[in-house]
Amino acid sequence: MELNSKIPPGPLAEKWDQHKFDIKLVNPANKRKYSVIVVGSGLAGASAAATLSELGYAVKCFCFQDSPRRAHSIAAQGGINAAKNYQNDGDSVFRLFYDTLKGGDFRSREANSYRLAQLSVNIIDQCVAQGVPFAREYGGHLANRSFGGAQVSRTFYARGQTGQQLLLGAYQALEKQIAKGLVTMYPRTEMLDLVMIDGRARGIVVRNLITGKIESHAADAVVLATGGYSNVFYLSTNARGCNATAIWRAYKRGAAFANPCYTQIHPTCIPVSGDYQSKLTLMSESLRNDGRVWVPKAKGDKRPPNEIPPAERDYYLERKYPAFGNLGPRDITSRAAKEVCDEGRGVGETGRGVYLDFADAIKRLGAQTITERYGNLFEMYERITDENPYKVPMRIYPAPHYTMGGLWVDYNLMTTIPGLYALGEANFSDHGANRLGASALMQGLADGYFVIPYTIGDYLARGGINAVNTDMPEFRNTEREIAERTSKLLSIDGKRTVDSIHRELGHIMWDYCGMSRNDAGLRKALELIPQLRDEFWKDVNVPGSDAELNQALEKAGRVSDFLELGELMVRDALNRTESCGAHFREESQTPDGEALRDDEHFAYVAAWEYAGANAAPILNKEPLEFESIHLSQRNYK
Amino acid sequence: MNLKLHVWRQPSAKDTGRIESYEARDVSPDMSFLEMLDVVNEELIVAGKRPIAFDHDCREGICGSCGMMINGVAHGPQKATAACQLHMRTFKDGDEIVIEPWRARAFPIIKDLVVDRSAFDRIIQRGGYVSVNTGGAPDGNDILIGKSSADHAMDAAACIGCGACVAACPNASSSLFTGAKITHLGKLPQGQPERDRRVIGMVEQMDIEGFGNCSWFGECQEACPKEISIDVIKQMNRDYVAASARASSNE
Repeated sequence: MELNSKIPPGPLAEKWDQHKFDIKLVNPANKRKYSVIVVGSGLAGASAAATLSELGYAVKCFCFQDSPRRAHSIAAQGGINAAKNYQNDGDSVFRLFYDTLKGGDFRSREANSYRLAQLSVNIIDQCVAQGVPFAREYGGHLANRSFGGAQVSRTFYARGQTGQQLLLGAYQALEKQIAKGLVTMYPRTEMLDLVMIDGRARGIVVRNLITGKIESHAADAVVLATGGYSNVFYLSTNARGCNATAIWRAYKRGAAFANPCYTQIHPTCIPVSGDYQSKLTLMSESLRNDGRVWVPKAKGDKRPPNEIPPAERDYYLERKYPAFGNLGPRDITSRAAKEVCDEGRGVGETGRGVYLDFADAIKRLGAQTITERYGNLFEMYERITDENPYKVPMRIYPAPHYTMGGLWVDYNLMTTIPGLYALGEANFSDHGANRLGASALMQGLADGYFVIPYTIGDYLARGGINAVNTDMPEFRNTEREIAERTSKLLSIDGKRTVDSIHRELGHIMWDYCGMSRNDAGLRKALELIPQLRDEFWKDVNVPGSDAELNQALEKAGRVSDFLELGELMVRDALNRTESCGAHFREESQTPDGEALRDDEHFAYVAAWEYAGANAAPILNKEPLEFESIHLSQRNYK
Repeated sequence: MNLKLHVWRQPSAKDTGRIESYEARDVSPDMSFLEMLDVVNEELIVAGKRPIAFDHDCREGICGSCGMMINGVAHGPQKATAACQLHMRTFKDGDEIVIEPWRARAFPIIKDLVVDRSAFDRIIQRGGYVSVNTGGAPDGNDILIGKSSADHAMDAAACIGCGACVAACPNASSSLFTGAKITHLGKLPQGQPERDRRVIGMVEQMDIEGFGNCSWFGECQEACPKEISIDVIKQMNRDYVAASARASSNE
């Protein structure tokens, strides 16, 4: 497989402008002759669908939720980064780019990360124009807060609901286009496969989740904006419906899957309370602006937090990382929490938790200010745990949150399949081995509003795209394969529920391919996952029929894909014997326990190629070259 | 704790529904309401029965997917809380809980507790946006917005579109939902050029969809998981009267 990243020549700061000039354009009058399918309606999908249709393309947009407004981008709390330098504190496009690259432990593509930083400023302007109610100062100017991994204040926010407000902005732009008849929206519709004709992506096969009907849709290009795959861990901060089916089907049709082992474990989530637990709830990273993280100095100290005197507390982040303190990047902060819990100093009933304490901030700023900044988060915490964080420190623990890995894309966001694009969390390109806080919203919107609208034209304008329709055998055959797979799932009639198998997969992934990984554990997982997959296909119980709303069937299809994707994650983690960012191999660490990269052997993107059901996937490598920065050991001390 | 559930079961829009009863055993007070239903569903599947269908996704009270009448109250007994954030510590051993879908003509039932809320999307389509295409926006700080206007806009913009306001209203009115969007955009300078057109279009769509009128019961703001105030309905009504007057004087 050839991996051509298509990074434009020239100086870093001029690449994107030059590229926009060099790529081909589609004449405005011709755009309506081209059709584009967008799968997913989160920040990336909704912004792409709206913008492509504004340009004139005929757009169809699909989501499995009952409305495009419910995509999981809505749950992002803290904010969105932009290099506006409104605070006059030394921010710049280059600094945001450098922070992103360094935060990702130098495993992202330089040109993509730079473009992301450049576009960040346009995103804020666009969202303000749409009426997104960002927080403002008394004088009417936009307000900022700080986020992990940065020493400037560049995060824009709308209380603790930034993702919701940005998504509603994109959703409203989408509805505006739907109202004009320029986008056709298909809610409660799930993509189950990609259809290829003459080596190009030419459509998708979907299931109408209400009637169960299998339908085909043809187009000139297909855009996947279907999010990440953290739900492979069963328990994660993702919505229950988040799944990898679209990108996994694309992988099996020939799209390379890049860096699957780069999964982010978010440091500040509410700890697990019992076996029935269905998801983990994130407490925004912005809380680390004012909250101090600590555990007791002594092992097994079971005193209530308020009775532990300051001298007997270990503010371990401030101790280990004085420069960044509680605002270190996510991977480092998560591992530090695991470390103190492994030492037996964790808090709460399970011992898997650390305190996030606001007592000092309340003393300094007053409870009123804390309520203004984090009121809704405090309420959410109290609702879930029945504890009042104004009085008792929060208990937090890391949880799977975001996946940096995803479909391999070139600079145009095209996968290795011509005509198939991947946007937002579904692709791999901008965050390397670890994403900084408040950068996911930025990437989703950059891809959807400002990248794909330009780059898709280049593909369409080059021609060679023949007319196709859904009666062609490629569509009919794919529909038949889907129908066979569905009836297989329904006919097994075994003893195990889909959730019980998914939960077991989650345990395997968390134990062996979670916050820290080692050779023996990964090999163990490589034995366990195929066994579990066999068990699934022999003993799963999926009730109901395929001709109705059947939520168990939906879950079964998604879990069957997670059972395959999990194995690829483990293979990738096994191959990458270095530690980098969120991928921590115990065999590769500095004397003080930090991730130790091996640039000589691993400064590459691992792009896995599907080789058939019974063959090991093929590893392709895209070397990472850095022209503008010097590779260094990350230091947040 | 052990509970008895009485749940509305309806295989599809065409079928007649009825209440069926189930035992929920060994429920932990730390479970969310939906996790309690998950456990019941797991038992139903193992017993060879059909699980209860209900909409849900984020399970942190922000996506607006979930929603059901719990003992006759939209999202259940806890104020300012969506069903996914309602925890079982609100209930006690031996309680009987009646669970029904949202009841409103404009929200037809699809299956069990799942209803069709696409009417909300169609209301937004009638003007719940600023008509600005991507590109060419001025600098974010070129539009100054005072903190109190931004805060008021945000209060209204917090709506999650769950439909509890409609379900709670004796008239099944969607005025709180519609008023929230009108207020969000109406408080901001960006929303001014289309303010009249927006309110007239969105109010008209509410009628087309078959939602009832607001007669000021105030049940909606009590049920709203985001505590949106009925002040947004006042704003909508005021804007509607002003816009209608301007429209007729222009004719």
